[in-house]
Amino acid sequence: MTDTPLLKVGGLSKFYGSRIGCKDVSFELWPGEVLAIVGESGSGKTTLLNCLSTRLMPTTGSVEYRMRDGNFRDLYHLSEAERRFLMRTDWGFVHQNPADGLRMTVSAGANVGERLMAVGDRHYGNIRSTASDWLSRVEIGTDRIDDQPRAFSGGMRQRLQIARNLVTGPRLVFMDEPTGGLDVSVQARLLDLVRGLVNDLGLAAIVVTHDLAVARLLSHRMMVMKDGYVIEHGLTDRVLDDPREPYTQLLVSSILQV
Amino acid sequence: MTDLATYNFAYLDEQTKRMIRRAILKAIAIPGYQVPFASREMPMPYGWGTGGVQVTAAILGPDDVLKVIDQGADDTTNAVSIRAFFQKVANVAVTTHTRDATIIQTRHRIPEEKLTEGQVLVYQVPIPEPLRFLEPRETETRKMHALEEYGLMHVKLYEDIARNGHIATTYAYPVKVAGRYVMDPSPTPKFDNPKMHMSEALQLFGAGREKRIYAVPPHTEVVSLDFEDYPFEIQKFEQPCALCGAHDVYLDEVVLDDKGGRMFVCSDTDHCEDRRDHGHAGAMLAPKKEAAE
Repeated sequence: MTDTPLLKVGGLSKFYGSRIGCKDVSFELWPGEVLAIVGESGSGKTTLLNCLSTRLMPTTGSVEYRMRDGNFRDLYHLSEAERRFLMRTDWGFVHQNPADGLRMTVSAGANVGERLMAVGDRHYGNIRSTASDWLSRVEIGTDRIDDQPRAFSGGMRQRLQIARNLVTGPRLVFMDEPTGGLDVSVQARLLDLVRGLVNDLGLAAIVVTHDLAVARLLSHRMMVMKDGYVIEHGLTDRVLDDPREPYTQLLVSSILQV
Repeated sequence: MTDLATYNFAYLDEQTKRMIRRAILKAIAIPGYQVPFASREMPMPYGWGTGGVQVTAAILGPDDVLKVIDQGADDTTNAVSIRAFFQKVANVAVTTHTRDATIIQTRHRIPEEKLTEGQVLVYQVPIPEPLRFLEPRETETRKMHALEEYGLMHVKLYEDIARNGHIATTYAYPVKVAGRYVMDPSPTPKFDNPKMHMSEALQLFGAGREKRIYAVPPHTEVVSLDFEDYPFEIQKFEQPCALCGAHDVYLDEVVLDDKGGRMFVCSDTDHCEDRRDHGHAGAMLAPKKEAAE
């Protein structure tokens, strides 16, 4: 890890009319670090994630990102073209529902290859071999390369979505409930896979989840949100083993111990 | 002229023609860019060339000579009706000879004969947006055009190769115009794509239902999209035209009976007739005497 953060967030707020989406969020994220945002439904997790990933315009505050040239740029001062370019090269976004992040009507190979073609790759053979390489990295059989994602199971779709996002070698990946809707054994495999990829590639990631087990397994640090505010922030193990806020204590104690 | 009410020259009123001409000028200024225009109801159903007819009506003058083709033919329903329409409402001269025409309205073909300076080719376009089948949102496709995000177009070609082993798109094959906008050349066979490149004629595209006009000015670069290892290729035919013996032309397959009999003939009827008049004959051409009887 380096001394300079990858992402700097200062005083970020989003209001829906007079209602609070998220309020006064500030933090920094370093390269290779995984940050989990946890909280119950309606606590502002997804609003915050969308504000960070330029999918939703925040009401106030700044989000600065260190570009590949080393300079910090405020995301909301970038031109739309720069922002979209950033989103499809240096960033990834993994949706909870794979259908939102995949093109369901084109083959798995084309789904993975789309970002390559978007940045100007024009050699079919190369695109295909990169795609098949990535499919095997996310444990999808390379004989499925010409199948459409609608022929895939939920877990495979989610892994395909991850491959599609990682193919351009992003430095920052946003994940919105990546294991939501998957059964427990598939969740475990997916988490294992994501953890491996994050380690191997040195990715920074911001993971939104309501599942504390996901946070425990994936993240280094975590933020606990309630009613739009970040109420507790610290190393994952510290927050989960020694929660300070009453709400966090409630959250941690409400996990079923089997 | 009688005092009876009559159609304005070329059917449309002058204000409408003016509006369409402004759209055409804008389209010519930005090659390949789809200019929205206030498409009018025309006395024919959508899909029959309402866009092309409006463009033709807007640029038509009393001295123009009009040719109308449908799939290359001058004598099919669509071509005959539109030609008759303009004879009635504009009283202009019409022709079937490509080289005599000043305006050629076409559905799905570019004439085989090379077009020259001063000629205008008007295309009837059903769906002007080349990205439509991959991205259904109009807001998104406009943004993609604005930001030159054309990766998706190659996703379509990739799918073609993955499924068929080669680029199987045979018509409406996407092109890049003047190095900037990706454009749908209307459902012409890709055989005609090279003819658009550096054409001496002005090419105008009208989509009536979708309310868009776009253009390729003369001497403009038109490049068909492809992959480095799967370059763009046009259709090839194994045999020449059965009537005029022409090679290197686009052929239509005509089924002759229910026993598998078929013939391949020029899709451009004028080109075929012209060649036959000059003494060229294909394998299945009837001898001249019989034809005269």
